[in-house]
Amino acid sequence: MPELLPFLKDLLSAPGLSGYENPVASIIEARWKPLVHELSRSNVGSLHGLRQGRAPAPRPSIMIATHMDAIGLMVTGVIDGFLRVTSVGGVDARVLPGQLVTVYATGGTEPKSLSAVIAQPPARLLPPGLGDGPVPMEYLLVDTGLPARKVTDLVRTGDIVSYASTPVELAGEVICGHTLDNRSSVAALTICLEELQTRQHAWDVWAVATVQEETGLTGGYTSAYQLHPSLAIVVDVTFAKGPGASDWQTSPMGKGPTLCMGPNIHPALYEGIKQVADRLEIPYGLEYAPRHTGTDAFAAQVVAEGIPSMVLGIPLRYMHTPVELVAIKDIQRAGRLMAEFIAGLAPDYMDKIVWDK
Amino acid sequence: MPTLGNTQLKLLEKLCNAMAVSGDEGEVRTIVLDEIKGVVDDVKVDALGNVLAVKKGRSAGCLRVMLSAHMDEVGFMLVAEDGDGIFRFEMVGGMDVRQLVGKPVWVGKGHLPGVIGARPIHLTTPEERKKTIPLDALRIDIGPGAKAKLGDRAVFATRFQHNGPSLVAKALDNRLGVTTLIEMLKNAPTNIELLAAFTVQEENGLRGAKVAAHAFDPDLAIAMDSTPANDLPAWGGEENVAYNTILGLGPAIYVADSSTFSDPRLVRHFLAVSEAEKIPCQLRQPGGGGTDAGAIHKGRAGIPSLSVSVPHRYSHTAASIARLDDWRHTYNLVHAALSRITPNLLAGER
Repeated sequence: MPELLPFLKDLLSAPGLSGYENPVASIIEARWKPLVHELSRSNVGSLHGLRQGRAPAPRPSIMIATHMDAIGLMVTGVIDGFLRVTSVGGVDARVLPGQLVTVYATGGTEPKSLSAVIAQPPARLLPPGLGDGPVPMEYLLVDTGLPARKVTDLVRTGDIVSYASTPVELAGEVICGHTLDNRSSVAALTICLEELQTRQHAWDVWAVATVQEETGLTGGYTSAYQLHPSLAIVVDVTFAKGPGASDWQTSPMGKGPTLCMGPNIHPALYEGIKQVADRLEIPYGLEYAPRHTGTDAFAAQVVAEGIPSMVLGIPLRYMHTPVELVAIKDIQRAGRLMAEFIAGLAPDYMDKIVWDK
Repeated sequence: MPTLGNTQLKLLEKLCNAMAVSGDEGEVRTIVLDEIKGVVDDVKVDALGNVLAVKKGRSAGCLRVMLSAHMDEVGFMLVAEDGDGIFRFEMVGGMDVRQLVGKPVWVGKGHLPGVIGARPIHLTTPEERKKTIPLDALRIDIGPGAKAKLGDRAVFATRFQHNGPSLVAKALDNRLGVTTLIEMLKNAPTNIELLAAFTVQEENGLRGAKVAAHAFDPDLAIAMDSTPANDLPAWGGEENVAYNTILGLGPAIYVADSSTFSDPRLVRHFLAVSEAEKIPCQLRQPGGGGTDAGAIHKGRAGIPSLSVSVPHRYSHTAASIARLDDWRHTYNLVHAALSRITPNLLAGER
């Protein structure tokens, strides 16, 4: 089995902003190809991999959905060789000044990646009152260091801009990267698929890497509709405890994935996964989402006549900054937990998914 | 005349990627000592950690010219531990706290990787996002079990890039000057005695330069530094009249900054050489900022001083941008100006 870390680093280094997922999709496609029986892209670009189960057809199916898109920026204009930008997904403008970014320039004869820096203009170049506090995104500039005429030739309005930080391993088997949300979940799903190579499973398994989660759960709705699975598990990152995040919404990093409960979640599915974790002594945390889980499960649950859904969380520090952190063990545990749950699914499991026992 | 090529770019890269927060300049000092070994007539490390090197002139009675370039950079010091590899830190040198958030860093002598994170946007309110995240809410996180200790220094973990016409790195302020000074020693003009001071703690109050000037007791001094280019478009299409310097127009000659009036004879000399040798240069807009010259010109009974800087954008942040050509012109201009110095230079009136 090829190693996880080089694959994860490839995922973290690839662009793939919401709506522009191709670069990361092709990396996932190559890794999944030997792990599934069928592989295709949906109308909106989500990646669908099918591992057939052993039960006689028609078999029930489970969808594991992990979004592969990432937040970032988009060029809104060019002024004197500098770029103005807006956000793709949720970006706190306060993390932007001084960041290294890559501009995917499409205005030249061929597409070109340009290294650039996000500049916070000095107070004297900003409207009065804007110099002291955080500078709003529309006043920031992106500087490629190239002569103005060259920038005008190369960059077009609508070009995408991603963080350029490279993945780094910290102490304690922690990885740092700017797209761990949600490439760490893609890695967990990949581990699950690898585990299933040596396991028998009755159900069909749809491994899905969705698009445009950050901008409106587009892949979550459309893949759930097209594949129409009997059950859906969504794996996404969740807030890890750490500097700036310590309240009830946070879970410890490195102490296992979280099992989420709340109105988005089918309680019997939650219980079923929890029992597997308990039986195998896979550590996990509990997460409570009293309203919206903020994941593709919010979409999947209400597709067609409704799909029983569950959310697994991978605790992540500093979400939506260029220095997101995840404990590698949590990725591995989430992958194994899903594989064990899937391997244990009996053909009649759907009969047990009842609301009131 | 020798100029800056690939060898010097490699040296600049090595120096920019090194860590030398004010007061902890050892890593850069080691590189400097190694580079100038065998090139200079005398070299020592003084009580503060300055590297003081002498390259003697060939003619009797030649002027003794001090060239200074500070080795230190702005950065951080770990000051308290929260546990689990998470540290409070303080800034060393003039930094904007808004530039710290969401950056990778290197910590300590081993360059341990770490990050300065931020609360996820999802957990912030719109009101909160209108406020700067204060320093006491920020932490350096190096992962559970990492070996760092209080007092360790940290810097932005930015690797040097040569990107088209531009150089992108942390600490271009002032590894540009350090590299220039190393090259100047290797190709020292013989009409002067060259007194090279690779100084410490410039960012912490010009402390190294003060004692270096005293020790050298030079006839005149040139501080070689890097200065901000605020040449960005102003909001609303107004003309930017507060640019300080402009990238691409060559070295910045100082007439006045917040701490020094340059000696007018030296300003005139540099401008004349620029014109005669057709090496571009620009006059830095008089105003704020300062260099080692602030301490040097008040040294002993007074030392005629001038500052010459390479312009760079985004000073004291994770990633500054300078132009390779500006750096080359800086080296060429300083070298040409030094080569034309005669004892008469200081004979005239200020």
